[in-house]
Amino acid sequence: MSEEDDFDLNDLDDKELVEQIQDDLYDGLDAEVTEGTEILLSRGWDANDVLGEALVGGMKIVGIDFRDGILFVPEVLKCAGAMKGGMSILRPILAESAEDTSLGKFVIGTVKGDIHDIGKNLVGMMCEGAGFEVIDLGINNPVENYLEAVDTHEPVILGMSALLTTTMPYMGVVVEEMEKRGMRKDVHIMCGGAPLNQEFADSIGVPAYGRDAARSAEMAEEHVRGLGKNRAHR
Amino acid sequence: MSAALVKTVLTDKAVVDENNKRLVLGCGALVYDLLRLLKQNPSFSDRVNIQCLPASWHNSPQLIAPGVEKYLSENAHLYKEVYIAYADCGTGGALDKVLNKYKAKRIEGAHCYEFFAGTDAFEKLSEEEIGTFYLTDYLVKNFNRIMIKGLGLDKHPELFDAYFKHYKKLVYLAQTENDDWKKDAEKYAKDFGFDYEYRLVGTGSLDSVFEEIDIGLLS
Repeated sequence: MSEEDDFDLNDLDDKELVEQIQDDLYDGLDAEVTEGTEILLSRGWDANDVLGEALVGGMKIVGIDFRDGILFVPEVLKCAGAMKGGMSILRPILAESAEDTSLGKFVIGTVKGDIHDIGKNLVGMMCEGAGFEVIDLGINNPVENYLEAVDTHEPVILGMSALLTTTMPYMGVVVEEMEKRGMRKDVHIMCGGAPLNQEFADSIGVPAYGRDAARSAEMAEEHVRGLGKNRAHR
Repeated sequence: MSAALVKTVLTDKAVVDENNKRLVLGCGALVYDLLRLLKQNPSFSDRVNIQCLPASWHNSPQLIAPGVEKYLSENAHLYKEVYIAYADCGTGGALDKVLNKYKAKRIEGAHCYEFFAGTDAFEKLSEEEIGTFYLTDYLVKNFNRIMIKGLGLDKHPELFDAYFKHYKKLVYLAQTENDDWKKDAEKYAKDFGFDYEYRLVGTGSLDSVFEEIDIGLLS
C-alpha cells in the first residue's frame, strides 16, 4: 500500500471497520486484523460479536472463494494466519466471559496413515470461531484415539479428516467401531477432506460431509442449534 | 478451464489413420515419460495422440476430474479409444466416474508415486516413514515452479511449517538416471531438513498404457 493510500483504522466507523477487517483478513494481513480487532474491543464491542461479524464473517468469504477456485491453499493459509492474530486477542476474553456461549466440544483429527492437516486445522479454527471448544487430536489417528477422545471429552461432534484416497476409507473403520460400542447415539460424526464427496460420506454412514472449512463449521453449528443445545455441555 | 491449458504434445501424425486413432490423455507431469515410451514403440507414432492437462493440478486435484471430463466431452468422439495416464490422483473416485462415461481406463493406484514405485514398494516406503515426501523426475526438474511457487513458498516462506511440519524424509523416485536431478533432489531434501533416499524405479505401470494400446491395436 502506498503512503497516499494509507489510513488509520481508528478513522473508520464500526461498519467500515468490520468490512476493513474482513478485507485485511482476505489479504492475509495479520497485524492489521489484530489491530482492527483491538479497536472494536476498545469501542465496547462484545468479543463474540467481533469474532462472529469480523473474523468468522471474513473467513466465510475466504471459504466461498476457495470453493469457487478464486483463492488457493497458500492464500487461505495466509488468511488463516490473519484470523489467528485476531483470535489470539479474543480467546482469553472469551474464556473469561461470564456468559457461556460455547456450542460444546468438537473433537477433530486426521485419520490413521495420513499426516495432512491443513484442512483439519482450518476446520478447527472455523469451528472455534463458531463457538465450539475444539479438541485437536492431530494426525495419523488410529480408531483408539477417537474412541478415547469421545470417552474423555464427551464432544457433541467428532470430525474426521483425510487427504488421501488411500486413507479416507479408514473413517469407515472408526464409524463401525463406534457403532459396535453403541457410541454413535452420543456424538454426531462429520467427515471432510479433499478427495471425499457426499457419496463417500453416505457410504460410510456419515451423511454430514463438510465440503470446506466454512461449510463444515456452519453444519456443525446447525447441528447443535437444531438439537436446541445452545449450551451444549454434557 | 480454458482450452489453452491443454498441452498438445504430438498430433500431426495422429490424423493419418482416421480409423485407428488412440488418445492418451494424461497429467502434464508425465509428458516426458509418455513421449519416451511412445518413442520406444515406433509403430504407435501414427496412431497415438498424446494430450496432457496441466501438471499444476497436482496441487489442486479437485480440478482433475472436471478438466478431464471437459476435454473428453469435446474430443473423445474423435478417437477410436481413449487411454488415461492418471491414477486416482486425489480425486477420491471422481475421475473414475468420468472415465466410466467414456469407457476409458486409468492406471491402477492412488497416485503416480504408487504406479512408478509399484504398490508393494510404495506401501513399504510409507510404512517405514509415514512422513515421506516424494519427488519424480518431473517434480525435481520443475521443483521451483510446482512446489515452491505452486505452494506460495516463494512469497510466503513462513508457510513452510503449515505444509511440511510432519514430513521427515524425501524419496526421489527417479524415472531416468540423471546426475543433475539427483543432486538437485538431494539439495532440496537438505534445504527442507529431510532425510534423503534415491530410488531408480523407472516408469512402473505407466507402461501399461502402451501395453493396452498394443493389445487394442492387435485386436
